[in-house]
Amino acid sequence: MAMLSSLETLPRRQPATVAAIDWAQLAVPEARRLRELGFDEGVGVEVLHRATLGGGPIACRIGRMTVALRRRVAASIRVATAV
Amino acid sequence: MNAAPLVALVGNPNAGKSALFNALTGARQKVGNYPGVTVERHSGRLVLEDGRPVELVDLPGAYSLDPGSLDEQVTRNVVMGSQAGERRPDALVVVVDAANLDNHLRFALQLIALGLPVVVALNMVDLAERDGLTLDAYILARELGVKVIPTVAVRRRGLDTLKAEIDRLVSEERAHPVAAADKIDDIVTLQRRARQIAATATVAETPTRRWTHMLDSVALHPVAGPILLVTLLFVMFQAVFAWSETPVSWIEQGFVWLEAQVGAFLPEGWFRSLITDGLIAGVGAVLVFLPLILILFLFILVLEATGYMVRAAFLLDRLMAQVGLSGRAFIPLLSSFACAVPGIMATRTIDDEKDRLTTILIAPLMTCSARLPVYTIIISAFIPDRQVLPFVGLQGLVLLGLYLMGIVGAFVAALLLRRTVTKGASSGFMMEMPKYQWPRLPDVVLGLWSRALIFLKRAGTTIALTTVILWALLSFPKPPEGSGISPVDYSIAGRIASGIEVVVRPIGFNRDIALALVPAMAAREVAVAAIGTVYAIDDTEHEGGQKAMTDKLKRNWSLPTALAFLMWFVFAPQCISTIAVTRRETNGWKWPAFMVGYLFVTAYVMAGITYWLAVFAGL
Repeated sequence: MAMLSSLETLPRRQPATVAAIDWAQLAVPEARRLRELGFDEGVGVEVLHRATLGGGPIACRIGRMTVALRRRVAASIRVATAV
Repeated sequence: MNAAPLVALVGNPNAGKSALFNALTGARQKVGNYPGVTVERHSGRLVLEDGRPVELVDLPGAYSLDPGSLDEQVTRNVVMGSQAGERRPDALVVVVDAANLDNHLRFALQLIALGLPVVVALNMVDLAERDGLTLDAYILARELGVKVIPTVAVRRRGLDTLKAEIDRLVSEERAHPVAAADKIDDIVTLQRRARQIAATATVAETPTRRWTHMLDSVALHPVAGPILLVTLLFVMFQAVFAWSETPVSWIEQGFVWLEAQVGAFLPEGWFRSLITDGLIAGVGAVLVFLPLILILFLFILVLEATGYMVRAAFLLDRLMAQVGLSGRAFIPLLSSFACAVPGIMATRTIDDEKDRLTTILIAPLMTCSARLPVYTIIISAFIPDRQVLPFVGLQGLVLLGLYLMGIVGAFVAALLLRRTVTKGASSGFMMEMPKYQWPRLPDVVLGLWSRALIFLKRAGTTIALTTVILWALLSFPKPPEGSGISPVDYSIAGRIASGIEVVVRPIGFNRDIALALVPAMAAREVAVAAIGTVYAIDDTEHEGGQKAMTDKLKRNWSLPTALAFLMWFVFAPQCISTIAVTRRETNGWKWPAFMVGYLFVTAYVMAGITYWLAVFAGL
């Protein structure tokens, strides 16, 4: 069974896959950059670090790359985790 | 004769493009600018087996042909053949990071579709292998339809094969003109195809980047991370002053010796005064800061090369977001502590126009190294050298206060600017975090060398010229013999200064300062040289050196005046180079004019407040 949540709330070090991205929540250049960094449905993703408690950016692994994102953007990325 | 064929190195940021470029061209490099934009053009000469030259150009890193930043725009234009002042390349070397294929192949696919002759350099294969990734270059070549050559730029692996392939690409007669693919696939399709190819070419894979993850779990830790960052910055600023002491004293002694030699050699008269009081004293006063600037840049270059700078940006993003900026602004602002000019140029990596503009406008508030000569001399003259706490001297505390004043000023300015002139939605923060790497010594040395050259050129031209002009304006006309008027008051510069003095007297400035303000426009550090020249010319007893200068300052200035002068230099936009680079980076006079205006007003008000507070406090 798969659990759905957003990348923002995904626990650290829990492997997941991108289920859907709410492109409408994102500005055009933001969406483009997100695609260029490899975010797409079906790609493996994992939260590595959170900057500070509350509000700081998130560092996550996408493919073999590490990418830093703000929480607002992470919130628009739905992820599925295997339970 | 035909020009040498042009071959461009293209690839994602962090693909190891520049290391490959350095390895292929060695010392035969040229750094220029693309016309109209301030993107640097790195080109070099590659000599083929049979001796024919090829011009190799290292294009700025990009994620795709759909440009997000100025740098990416140039890359796109060059490969499409539409960049002003650049030929369309005869062939492309597409550089991809072997450990990051699924992402880098997307851009490679886009580039291959353009139809130019292409060879792919599968770079940093050693790191990929160490990461537990085994790739099959033959499968990759078959899928991409072009030659793929595994390379390790830093160990010169695969370079000969790559050279041979470049040779083949630029030599072969093309039967038909290059045609681009009929239709460029959209980014999602390309990305999926890239992932599929990467998966096919991957023979074995184990989890990624153990070292980087281990380091990051400290560097990005919610508690340890910020502590490490603050410690690093503290060590950096300590080192700038501690390590530079010895070389600075050598340079000082060198100039004293030079002045004595020249003084003994030349007959007494105006020419000797021009050379010793004007040129040698002026250029010397500025050149002593070369060690400080180089040490600061050494830290910045190393932090950047190791990949730590992006981590610092990550940690500071939250703080920067509070004033409407992004973590990306940290890198240009840190460089601005050395000099605002490279700092402002480094804002190019900020995608969002409003973010970038705000960062440019506040960059001059970071205490650049040119302010140090001014701060140091005033502090040593007026602030008593005593301990306030163990290991904490009052002089050092005042200096730290001036740095903090600039930082706080910059944050307040950013906050206000973001609500008024650069209003707009915050652009956010999205950044690839590269692997940690050992900095390569040749790259660091090359970087330092180019900074040193820029500084020496400035000292040799702008600063030398202004000090000589100032000396002339201060020395002529001579007052009539026996009139008792001071030579400085009687000179042209003295008369200009009395005009300025009217404007700056309300904030406690005297004639010496009014005199120093004009040449300080060319470069702040000239203010010290200017005051030095004033006293040298007015001086009848001929005492020399810095000790004499601080004594004279103490005799002629009150403490409130000195404090107001320090405060003025925290804010005043007194540097022509900064104004010029702002004009270039913002394409017009509007923003530099605004910057100069808001900073001068702030400087005037803050200096005034400082002066009157000090006067009322009875200092």
